[in-house]
Amino acid sequence: MNSGQLSRYEIVAREDFSDVTYLLECYHPLMAKAARPGQFVIVMLNEHGERIPLTIADYDRERGTITLVIQAVGKTTREMQQACRVGTSLHAIVGPMGIPSHFDDVDKVVCVGGGLGVAPIFPHARAFKERGAYVIGIVGFRTRELIFWEDKFRSWCDEFIICTDDGSAGMRGMVTEGIRQAMEKHADIDEVVAIGPPIMMKACAEVTRPRGIKTIVSLNPLMVDGTGMCGGCRVKLGDQVRFACVDGPDFDGHQVDFEDLMMRLKRFAEEEKMAMERWSENCRMRDEIHLASDVELSTLSALKSGRIETG
Amino acid sequence: MPKKKTIRTIPQERTPMREQDPVQRVTNFAEVACGYRLEEMQIEAERCLMCPEQPCVDGCPVGIDIPGFIHRLTEKDYRGAYDVMTDTNLLPAICGRVCPQETQCEGVCTVGDTLEPVAIGRLERWVGDKAIAEGWVNIPYIEPGGFRIGIVGSGPAGMACAADMAKAGCDVTVFEAFHQPGGVLRYGIPDFRLPNEVIDAEIDNLRRLGVKFECNTLVGRLFTIEQMIEEMGYDAVFIGTGAGYPSMLGIPGDSLNGVLSANELLTRCNLMRAREFPSFDTPLPIGQRVAVIGAGNTAMDAMRVSLRLGAEKVYCIYRRSRTECPARIEEVHHAEEEGVEFHWLTNPVAVLDDGKGGVRGMRCVRMELGEPDDSGRRRPVPVAGSEHDFECDLVVFAIGTNANPIIGQTSKLKLNKRGYIEVDENLATSVAGVFAGGDIVTGAATVIEAMGAGRKAARSMKAWLGIRDIHLPYTARESSNRLFGIDLRERNFARVRAGATVQP
Repeated sequence: MNSGQLSRYEIVAREDFSDVTYLLECYHPLMAKAARPGQFVIVMLNEHGERIPLTIADYDRERGTITLVIQAVGKTTREMQQACRVGTSLHAIVGPMGIPSHFDDVDKVVCVGGGLGVAPIFPHARAFKERGAYVIGIVGFRTRELIFWEDKFRSWCDEFIICTDDGSAGMRGMVTEGIRQAMEKHADIDEVVAIGPPIMMKACAEVTRPRGIKTIVSLNPLMVDGTGMCGGCRVKLGDQVRFACVDGPDFDGHQVDFEDLMMRLKRFAEEEKMAMERWSENCRMRDEIHLASDVELSTLSALKSGRIETG
Repeated sequence: MPKKKTIRTIPQERTPMREQDPVQRVTNFAEVACGYRLEEMQIEAERCLMCPEQPCVDGCPVGIDIPGFIHRLTEKDYRGAYDVMTDTNLLPAICGRVCPQETQCEGVCTVGDTLEPVAIGRLERWVGDKAIAEGWVNIPYIEPGGFRIGIVGSGPAGMACAADMAKAGCDVTVFEAFHQPGGVLRYGIPDFRLPNEVIDAEIDNLRRLGVKFECNTLVGRLFTIEQMIEEMGYDAVFIGTGAGYPSMLGIPGDSLNGVLSANELLTRCNLMRAREFPSFDTPLPIGQRVAVIGAGNTAMDAMRVSLRLGAEKVYCIYRRSRTECPARIEEVHHAEEEGVEFHWLTNPVAVLDDGKGGVRGMRCVRMELGEPDDSGRRRPVPVAGSEHDFECDLVVFAIGTNANPIIGQTSKLKLNKRGYIEVDENLATSVAGVFAGGDIVTGAATVIEAMGAGRKAARSMKAWLGIRDIHLPYTARESSNRLFGIDLRERNFARVRAGATVQP
């Protein structure tokens, strides 16, 4: 790879895991050098774009890249799915943000990833393994076709459990079933790290609570600046208020008020819906225009080539 | 020789500044105060007595030669006025708009002892706007000194420090975490008070001085302050990251979805252009009735932004009385004219839930003023049995900020017990070569105080680096000859420097 040729925030690789999940590898050598597991970035697709937080799924210090795994769930992430091709660049990437996760003094750990959290749990599993811990990886997917990075996980985990909702691969059920299984087999689990949708992290925290196993969750609330300036990402921990961007994103899952988190995630539900509808409508219209102009163009080029030949 | 001016011979009335009509202006984001016309500026400039005491100069945090620039205005030497101004302040168009002049230069003006003080801020703004319109810029001869300076934060403190260090011949890079430079001037102060074009023009001036801006760079996390000095080759670093971290209300209901900080409201509206949603992607649903808690400048901005975004009613909830209100007088006037309803001596007790995660209203309590507290202001105390509810659907809190934790988390810099960076009287931090100023040192203050701190830090930095503080020789405007293919009118020797590979 000729890094001298690459422009700022350029996308150097892309992989589509499914209709909705895609991976972008972005060129940012300084960030690749600084990033540590558990941190996130804020990305802007274009200058009209919003600032969205995305967990760093991986980084490659030699290639000078960071990897983001994104689920196309809203307007911005779907627009990125269309626009972010290899060779294009993002308008802005800032980070690595947040306090890096801790990996020391853990002998046996369960790393749980579901949905959005499968990719970002990977660097955790690897970091624990590198520090000599016994790592049990548990990842959850809806169905077999959506599974990705199985080999990557297997090469760094001592045990690896895949859970699918429909039982088409691995064990049937939620990741919490996986945690229960691991807890039955191992009495000496020091820590559980869970990354995924809030409802999943909540469920994981509830599974470990009776045994009092330290459970770390990585929160991803709505953010604007990501530098502690606006308080939009505030989360409740017992009676304390913390900002996920600068005090987190890792918190004690047994203390997090998940109801509050889930309510706050719906803050702009109406606006998100409106933006989504407007964007889909625009896409549809643009496709129609493209179709129409494609016809015109092909006619035009046929005419042109004809004229050149006859001329 | 003109007759010596006396308090009786000068124009008695302060020249009013034309403003957009309140009814009109709450529907747009165009600037409220329109600025002086030429004739208006001339009349107001005549009101300066040119008194020998010059209290205004001492009243200015950056020590602008105020009588000096006003004198040139009266002589119709507008470029001269700009030159005097830029000797001390590179950002007159900004300061003229956002400084609290009534407590600074204008507050001590000799004319003000008898009449209304000279409108120094408005004259300063006129000079700044004239310079932008004419494309004036004073780029001094820069001696390549070889020193590299890193500045963390592109707000007023960082900009002022960058300007002085660039003028001293240093290679200056300013790092900004947001995608656009300007700090609070960009995300915080709304367009109707400080248009983006003015910020752009002032930042362009800095660029022409050779200052580089690196956006999307979160210092502390992308690289640390220590790395800047030890690995990245910066000879000195200035930290002007601002305070940030908004204080929470700490009352029931403060995490409801209709409750947000003024910083968030302003950032969404100003920097992220949420007011143009859905053309811009960032949303900002505004309520019909907005309650803003606090009465500082940020609170005033939040109220006036809310009106412009379409709120029908905007309430200001403040626990003290109007006398203690910390905002600039002009901002309070403007907010009143625009229809903000002020509820002085009122304190919030709870935000009321609408049952769907949003806000239904607020519960407040009446206050009365008791004995003076540490700040010298009379302490407000609740009146028993005065609890009352009112309806609102958005609550904005502007009750101050705490120290931003990022630099503390990522460096060995000594902090005070409130989390702000500890500095000595020269603004030097506990790490050699690292200076800090502005809100990250003092807690929330004003734009001009931050600029003052940036300039003070620059003086200390120069002393620390052993740069002699020479008077900067501006070449005469008329010289239009070219030397070695370089247009001397640009007064910029950057190209010579870029070509030189060996330092003498």
